[in-house]
Amino acid sequence: MRSNELLSIDVNRHPSVIKASSERQASSIEGTGRSVPEGGRLVRRAFRFVSYCFEHIGPVLTHNTGLAGAGRPDAVALAHWETTMKTLNRVGLAALSLMLSTSVAFAQTEVTWWHAMGGELGEKLEEIVAGYNASQSDYVVTPVYKGTYAETMTAAIAAFRAGEQPEIVQVFEVGTGTMMAAKGAVYPVYQLMADMGAEFDPADYLPTVVGYYTDTEGNMLSMPFNSSTPIMYYNKDVFAAAGLDPEMPPKTWEELEAFSRQIMESGAATCGFTSGWISWAQLENFSAWHNQPIGTLENGFGGLDTEFVVNGPLQAKHWENLKNWQDEGVFQYGGPGGGADAPSKFYTGECAIYMNSSASRAGVLANAEGFEVGFGMLPHYEEVEPQNSIIGGATLWVLQGADEGQYKGVADFFSYLSSAEVQADWHQFSGYLPITQAAYDLGQEQGYYEANPGSDVAIKQMTLNAPTENSKGLRFGNYVQIRDVIDQEFQALLTGDKTAQQALDDLVSRGNQILRDFQAANQ
Amino acid sequence: MDTKRTVFPSQGLPYLLVAPQLIITIIFFIWPAGQAVKSSFEREDPFGLSTSFVGLLHYLRLFQEPDYLASVGRTALFALAVTIISMGLALVLAVAVNRLIRAGTAYSTMLLWPYAVSPVVAGILWWFIFNSSTGILPYMLEFFGLDWNHQLNGTHAMILIIVAASWKQISYNFLFFLAGLQSVPQSLNEAAAIDGAGPFKRFWTIVFPLLSPTTFFLMIVNLNYTMFDTFGVIDATTAGGPNQATNTLVYKVYTDGYIGLNLGSSSAQSVILMLFVIVLTVIQFRYVERRVQY
Amino acid sequence: MVENRPWLTFLTHFVLICGVVIVVFPVYIALIASTHGPTALSSGMMPLLPGAELWNNVVQVLTEQRRGVAPFWLMAWNSLWMAIIITVGKIAISIISAYAIVYFRFPGRVLAFWLIFITLMLPVEVRIIPTFAVVANLGMLNSYAGLTIPLIASATATFLFRQFFMTIPDEMMEAARVDGAGPLKFFRDILLPLSRTNIAALCVILFIYGWMQYLWPLLVTTDPKYYTLMMGVKRMAAVADADPQWNTIMAAVVMAMLPPVLIVIFMQRLFVKGLVETEK
Repeated sequence: MRSNELLSIDVNRHPSVIKASSERQASSIEGTGRSVPEGGRLVRRAFRFVSYCFEHIGPVLTHNTGLAGAGRPDAVALAHWETTMKTLNRVGLAALSLMLSTSVAFAQTEVTWWHAMGGELGEKLEEIVAGYNASQSDYVVTPVYKGTYAETMTAAIAAFRAGEQPEIVQVFEVGTGTMMAAKGAVYPVYQLMADMGAEFDPADYLPTVVGYYTDTEGNMLSMPFNSSTPIMYYNKDVFAAAGLDPEMPPKTWEELEAFSRQIMESGAATCGFTSGWISWAQLENFSAWHNQPIGTLENGFGGLDTEFVVNGPLQAKHWENLKNWQDEGVFQYGGPGGGADAPSKFYTGECAIYMNSSASRAGVLANAEGFEVGFGMLPHYEEVEPQNSIIGGATLWVLQGADEGQYKGVADFFSYLSSAEVQADWHQFSGYLPITQAAYDLGQEQGYYEANPGSDVAIKQMTLNAPTENSKGLRFGNYVQIRDVIDQEFQALLTGDKTAQQALDDLVSRGNQILRDFQAANQ
Repeated sequence: MDTKRTVFPSQGLPYLLVAPQLIITIIFFIWPAGQAVKSSFEREDPFGLSTSFVGLLHYLRLFQEPDYLASVGRTALFALAVTIISMGLALVLAVAVNRLIRAGTAYSTMLLWPYAVSPVVAGILWWFIFNSSTGILPYMLEFFGLDWNHQLNGTHAMILIIVAASWKQISYNFLFFLAGLQSVPQSLNEAAAIDGAGPFKRFWTIVFPLLSPTTFFLMIVNLNYTMFDTFGVIDATTAGGPNQATNTLVYKVYTDGYIGLNLGSSSAQSVILMLFVIVLTVIQFRYVERRVQY
Repeated sequence: MVENRPWLTFLTHFVLICGVVIVVFPVYIALIASTHGPTALSSGMMPLLPGAELWNNVVQVLTEQRRGVAPFWLMAWNSLWMAIIITVGKIAISIISAYAIVYFRFPGRVLAFWLIFITLMLPVEVRIIPTFAVVANLGMLNSYAGLTIPLIASATATFLFRQFFMTIPDEMMEAARVDGAGPLKFFRDILLPLSRTNIAALCVILFIYGWMQYLWPLLVTTDPKYYTLMMGVKRMAAVADADPQWNTIMAAVVMAMLPPVLIVIFMQRLFVKGLVETEK
């Protein structure tokens, strides 16, 4: 706050600013008295104002950030602006100029990492990279934010086609099929680590996390960075008000239905549950959790000629239930994709139970004002023993086309990223899953999970059983489009246009068509 | 296409004058668009590692898809509704502001304000307003016994995207209508008033015809806006749902190509969309422009 | 005003007040959201009255330095540059090409018009990969040229000027020719001053267009020295797996509105009635 006061005082004191503002006042006084304004003079004045800005503010801004020395800064202006700007942005400007100047000053090998982490996660990511850059002097990693996951991937592909690609790009899990099939474009991580002689033991990694990104021989193709899995959040206060045990989340769908009805009848909440990510939580993870196949050939791990088989009886039963529950108000649909409407249904206390990514934990706790949040594993149907859930999130892919020195830097950086300290820090800050056993163990030693109840539900759910063919993950090409088809068919079910079986059958046939396109394009 | 009755005789000058615009257009638009046309006949992986010629396959596939054909009609409805609503409201507001002398500036600043809302959040604001748990509009509609749910009701979803897309365009149309109205000579209006014509009659017989070059301009620009530039709003509010009720042609190009990276099919879709709009535009130049009074 | 009818004046104000209420409502929501805490929009009924957090939110946006994000001032500076270059560039090249198309008859005239016109169609998002390739091949990544030149072609402005030129009576040009004025003199002394209202309107629209760019800068820059304000807003709003901090996002959005609103107010002074008396 003090820095802002400084700014306003300093700006007003500055002689040329005073001149400019009195000029502007004068012009407005003139303006009121006149009947026909002279457009030409206004335009001239505008240009004078603009060029004033260019001459005085520009060089100071660029000077301060260490970006350019051009221009002819007037010394007084510079001194004033420098003081204010420094107070204003001291930390950041220093960081920025450091970041920019280091690449010029030393003969370090530069590695560029395009990522999609906005908000606080993006800042944490930058902090991790800064930690790496400070830890050694051979390489400097430059993180560049490139928009949403989809935008980042498109940007990387456009750049690759133009020969301007970064060394590392963060790609969301549904882009995995596309990246894997692009054999000439990606440098598989296991190969990179071996070629560069970096220390790398696949056994250190949590199998359920890295399994999603391995080939059928178990080789790791990309480096998991931010992985999560859907879990269940519930409103403990509503549970108590409805006469339920607030420490006992429903374990099965049957229980969940009964609890929901009890909650609604008691008037504690108007809806039983809602869910983000219908395709991810209520179809993909539902299938894996119940050990049902999503597609042939190990859910697509085995080859491009995979086909969907997600229209089994258990999935049909579940979708039929969701439709009926929606009609009765037990379930409320939160919209397609990530389900943008779902969170507020839970935050406002409208719905008592909420399924969404384990990485939403911090957001849920911050937004759940006035009630206590409980955590639980995903429910399962009574007739099936739960298997393990699968992940979502994003991994880091290495692109072809850089020189060996840079790849050495990438390998070194990946080793740093996988270290238990960095992993535990990132995992505990973000709510994403740790990728190594060591990071999980470290968290336990630190007492993190005891201090933060619910933070290990995701890990326990992921590692409940050794993954099977059906619960290792999924690998389908053009999966972004297929996710859209899943949302469309689910909406067709909810609007009553189709039965659950019809919707799933149509989903399978439309999905298969997209898979064949992908296969044809990648042969 | 019209020109002046008399023109300047000149050899090189007109070429010099159109050159900068044309060069930029050709390098940064026509050439890349040509690439898109080429890739609509090809099957290619996103990274461009393997390409094969497939002829009209993508086009034939689209025309066999009932969903695609349905979205043509939906797009037409959407484009028409947005153009009429945003232009109609903007015209009423511009005429009203034009009547005022002193308060006009304050009103028009307010009316232009929405145009300054960042497109990153413009769609999100409507999503907030229509949100079924926290939004103000569903809450108000409940008093009228209307259960608003655009996530499951296709009609509600269509209304939502029409409102959001029209809103974004009102300021734009208002500004150009106002600029057009300012150019209408006051003397004509006064002459008609002396003849005893009422304000509404004067508007329709004198002002509106003089405004027709602006109206024609806005008609074409709005049509193009709704056809090509509305995927952001749709993405932030309904994402094309429910059950494709708001999946317009350009939104499909956006999701299949930009998000889904299915380059061949999305290129074919953009080519069709472009041809469609070019034909519509040419028709308007041929037939509607005749009624424009220059 | 031609005559004074109280009911008509009343109707005018009534229509305008209704219009303003409807049109400004979403902007109002943004303003309100910028005065509350981070959870006000997601965890309860949307507030309709201002909260007390505006100052904190604004200070946070202006001073809190985020790693990897260019300072607010620098981004605003870049956006200003971008908006000005795009506005001036678009108006300049559009007015001369419209002039050529309306006042000259030359082979290829219609083709030129349609080639320019077609840029209305297919926004950058839809033809992103080939457009990026062109800019990269020309070595224009990470430069003001790359940020602005590909966006400078404008069908809208050319079309608007064409429409306006068509309304200018032929007699004006004939008179100018009788006086011995050449095409450039006619353009400078007659056409340009007459186009003032349209130029002012376009300045508003194009400045805002340039100011709001985020996708194109996001694509062609990797150097924080070229980051624009909307890229910063985008980075705050597009968070994966987390709840966006709506309060600071809206505070940034509200602050980013100020320059466009200033341009609107400033340009309106060119909008005074009677300025353009084109007698028919």
